[in-house]
Amino acid sequence: MSVAEDIANEPGRSFERGVANSVLHIDDVHKSFAGLHALSDVDLDVRQGETHAIIGPNGAGKSTLLNVCVGRLKPDRGAVVFDGTVLTGKQPHEINQLGVARVFQTPEVFPDLTVLENVMVPALSKRDGHFRLNPFKSFARENHIRDEAVSVIESVGLKAQLSDMAAAMSRGDKRRLELAMGLIQHPRLLLLDEPTAGMARHDTNATIELLKQIKQGGMTKVIIEHDMHVVFSLADRISVLAGGRIIAQGKPDEIKNNPKVREAYLGEEQV
Amino acid sequence: MEKNTALKDTILFVGFAAVVLCLPIILEPIGANYPDLLQKIAIFGIFAIGFNILFGLTGYLSFGHAAFIGVGSYMTLWSFKLLTMNVVPAIIFSVMLAGVFAYLIGYVSLRRSGIYFSILTLAFAQMCYSLAYSVLTPITNGETGLQTRAIRTNPETSLLDADLRVIDQAFGVQEVGVPTTNFFGMAMSGYTGFYFCAVLLIICFFIAQRLTRSNFGMMLKAIKSNQNRLNYTGIHTRPYLIAAFVISGMYAGLAGSLMAATDPIAGAERMQWTASGEVVLMTILGGVGTLVGPVLGAGLIKYAEQKVSSWNEGILENFFSFLPETLQHLMTNIGSLFVGEGWHTTLGLMFMIIVIFLPGGIMEGIQRIANIFKRKSGDNSKGASAPQPAE
Repeated sequence: MSVAEDIANEPGRSFERGVANSVLHIDDVHKSFAGLHALSDVDLDVRQGETHAIIGPNGAGKSTLLNVCVGRLKPDRGAVVFDGTVLTGKQPHEINQLGVARVFQTPEVFPDLTVLENVMVPALSKRDGHFRLNPFKSFARENHIRDEAVSVIESVGLKAQLSDMAAAMSRGDKRRLELAMGLIQHPRLLLLDEPTAGMARHDTNATIELLKQIKQGGMTKVIIEHDMHVVFSLADRISVLAGGRIIAQGKPDEIKNNPKVREAYLGEEQV
Repeated sequence: MEKNTALKDTILFVGFAAVVLCLPIILEPIGANYPDLLQKIAIFGIFAIGFNILFGLTGYLSFGHAAFIGVGSYMTLWSFKLLTMNVVPAIIFSVMLAGVFAYLIGYVSLRRSGIYFSILTLAFAQMCYSLAYSVLTPITNGETGLQTRAIRTNPETSLLDADLRVIDQAFGVQEVGVPTTNFFGMAMSGYTGFYFCAVLLIICFFIAQRLTRSNFGMMLKAIKSNQNRLNYTGIHTRPYLIAAFVISGMYAGLAGSLMAATDPIAGAERMQWTASGEVVLMTILGGVGTLVGPVLGAGLIKYAEQKVSSWNEGILENFFSFLPETLQHLMTNIGSLFVGEGWHTTLGLMFMIIVIFLPGGIMEGIQRIANIFKRKSGDNSKGASAPQPAE
């Protein structure tokens, strides 16, 4: 049993490791499905305030890695540490309450609620914690949260659809709504799984601009993306996953010129 | 938005209260203004409103809510037998005990969702039903059912056959035979009983309305919409579900208590699965997730149960007397399949028609009609305000 597993078995234990200024430390994570190694020996550090992109071909293990980070999957070995706290073994809601929010690859919204309600729910969760029984606190009187939600919705370009039901939205709009649901929580770490997939080019550019603005606010982000335009517009550092292993890490220029990356992921295509 | 919602809620509440209090007048034309039926409508309205808090808001379909009806009824009878014939302590104890039972059953059942949750709740309710007929007979009096009796004069007599009523005795209440249940002296029978239930129905409606409009209610709706997403939003959904289950169980306990208060006998048949199924029908028929729908569903089913089941061939023959004799007999024969003992066929047909054509229940029908009127009035106002060529 590795040291990381020992630590992982003690939820909540403080853990300082990895590079200096690291907010997310992924320590020797392994995950396999019926003998197929989705992740092997994955070590990764995400520094405070940076935008860290994880790229790789389909089936490389990118989404699996995010699922391990947010508690959706339990690693077979290894641990994920966020700001000194071991996340492995914690429930998704506990991880979110620590300040980790996720935007999913397939839009995960509340289809029967309006756009405004979709964004207000995570805001209430951020303020009230994971459970609060106050049956008489009126949702309609949450003026402060509503104002903030409207402002975030406006920033992702959905203000005109404030009262629309989420079920009736296009896939691209649902992705923007999901982004708003993540942003309203002011997470310390935002995990974005292909945030611009399904968006038109002008919407993609608007999302890039929005994420750049957030970057100025100092929020740490991990972004999985296939669109290299998005990756190289936003990333401070990039990790490349292939076959469940990290084959390269570095600044965008270093990755562009890395022959291993070209071979495994980009092929001969000029970045 | 806040003012609009508050105003709409106030109008809805005042309108609901007015309709409930005027039910004896409103239902007079259809011959449904007698106290027994009115009490049942109010009591099952409470049951359905509570059930809707769980099913309508969270989407968790319980097939075991009849267990809480039974718990409420038995607790009420024991309060009558041991303490007082006043319904207030009986109701308080029943609601509390139903809440405890709901917590225990909910704690286990809510470990699963979907059909597994439904089956677990059904299993618990059937277990309670069987226990009431077997090992719990010293408490439930088995098939005979629990009833109020005269005050015990011989200490050897079992409490199932004689009562103590210590509070009533302490206050020197004189009893002649078996006393009736009362609310500080007012007998719980007839219209007094109905108005007592009606006031509680209005209070229950108010609580359900506030719950639905609260942050708590919004979380329940989010659970129904996408429980998995809510987990990743930082919400631990289980405590919310348990709270909804307990609240809804307490509503059922109150309904059970009122059943026993208006007709002081409690039998295990109140816990049978058909009683749990009935509240599901009421809620779906009226409109799942709406505030008024479940009460409408309860009213409709109780009315049909009382009226349609009382119709017989004679009434049908009179009804079809305007037809030629052969046709009259034919229609009477066909109609008799749907009345009297066959009233369940009518209920089944009614349920099928509503679910197929109005999946949102009666409330969807009302909404559609309201939309037609809105569109018409919108067209009229547009026409009135549109600038004319001559202007």
